[in-house]
Amino acid sequence: MIDHLLSIEDLTADHITEVLDTAEALKDIALRPIKKVPTLRGRTVCNLFFEDSTRTRISFEIAAKRLSADVINFSAKGSSVSKGEGLKDTALTLQAMGVDAIVVRHSASGAPQQLTQWVDAKVLNAGDGWHQHPTQALLDLFTIREKLGRLDGLRAAVVGDVFHSRVARSLVQGLTTMGAEVTIVGPPTLLPPRVDTWGAAVSYDIDEVVPKTDVLYMLRVQRERMSQQFFPSSREYARLWGIDRDRLGRLPEGAIVMHPGPMNRGVEISADVADAANSVITDQVTNGIAVRMSCLYLMLGGEEVAA
Amino acid sequence: MSAVLTADDIRRALKRMAHEILERNKGADDVVLMGIRTRGVPLAERLAAHLEQIEGAKIPTGSLDVTLYRDDYARTGPLPLGQTVFPDEIDGKVVVLVDDVLYTGRTIRAAMDATMDYGRPKAIQLAVLVDRGHRELPIRADYVGKNLPTAAGQDVRVRLESVDGHDEVLLEHAAEVTP
Repeated sequence: MIDHLLSIEDLTADHITEVLDTAEALKDIALRPIKKVPTLRGRTVCNLFFEDSTRTRISFEIAAKRLSADVINFSAKGSSVSKGEGLKDTALTLQAMGVDAIVVRHSASGAPQQLTQWVDAKVLNAGDGWHQHPTQALLDLFTIREKLGRLDGLRAAVVGDVFHSRVARSLVQGLTTMGAEVTIVGPPTLLPPRVDTWGAAVSYDIDEVVPKTDVLYMLRVQRERMSQQFFPSSREYARLWGIDRDRLGRLPEGAIVMHPGPMNRGVEISADVADAANSVITDQVTNGIAVRMSCLYLMLGGEEVAA
Repeated sequence: MSAVLTADDIRRALKRMAHEILERNKGADDVVLMGIRTRGVPLAERLAAHLEQIEGAKIPTGSLDVTLYRDDYARTGPLPLGQTVFPDEIDGKVVVLVDDVLYTGRTIRAAMDATMDYGRPKAIQLAVLVDRGHRELPIRADYVGKNLPTAAGQDVRVRLESVDGHDEVLLEHAAEVTP
């Protein structure tokens, strides 16, 4: 396994398969009477979050705790960061305190990479700017493999606000690495420049793509990241790019609908589709814990605990 | 390499151990067999088959992967994980751990911890095909196929039909061990 988990690009198909296989074995810990194993006893994991996040931080925290690591939560609000401490000094402080792994979320692309220059701890990227969110992509791949039995040769469509989405960037790379055929779908204003270099097909018509799709991945409309109007209204977005009961009915038999959360119900996904039988959105959340356990397990072994 | 147990020896040993398990527990009503991965699993299944033949009842049998409970993760690093399957509730049951070779006892320590995380058995017992000595923990087996005194440098190899294609226990002599 690799030293730091910064980008899904750093992982080969073998790496990804190792993470998913390990996650599969770790998943049943959640079903036991005692949902904990002693493997990471004595290790300290720091959740370093410079951006708001509930699900990812909690998911990493549960993952570390189920492996018996000690967890420190550090969020920018209410910390010395609000007093103007920079990333470097925060990193050096954590280094001096002897943490073994740092899970970092930051609004600046490349911040996790930068962190690896300053600390000995293993760094796991929990989302940096518009760049990468590798554990989200891994949990999505895990969920697809669990539901459909394979990744190779599957037809996946990633729909919506690709431009602002680190989830999309990581997921498309992960899917293509594993041999899936990916189509990116969205309004031209929300597709990134040079999207043609992503190794995926591009379509501006969701209705053309839906009947040929095994995995329909709806991205969240990220209004908080938008500095200008990218589309006229939520209602128009829902009509042109959202998944509703009618489009759901035109997916092939056995296809699944995914969303990284949090959902804007009624915008990119209608409320009834979010709760439909082929929606695997809550499975994604559950699987996130197993996949993050897998990453911690594979990255934190092998050398004696730092003195 | 010399063979210390042949296929016939292994079959007889397992059959005797099945009888001992029944005698000790006055039947097999509360017995759950847990094979420790990898070679403990087929051994547990074969013990279960003997028990079924003798008692006429099916014995719940599962598999235990102790990797997450090992004490050397910090040294060896992550090892591939296997599934752990408990066939039944184990509260109040007699869990018989089954493994191929008993050596330092560290695997059994890990297996006991793993078992306790699943429930509160009435008792945990240990069945091994070969006890080669050199314990590092205060652990002993309740049912032993063969006691095999060894030197620390020697290697005991257990081969089983379902994993290796044939049944055999080999002892590699110290002289053959390349330093």
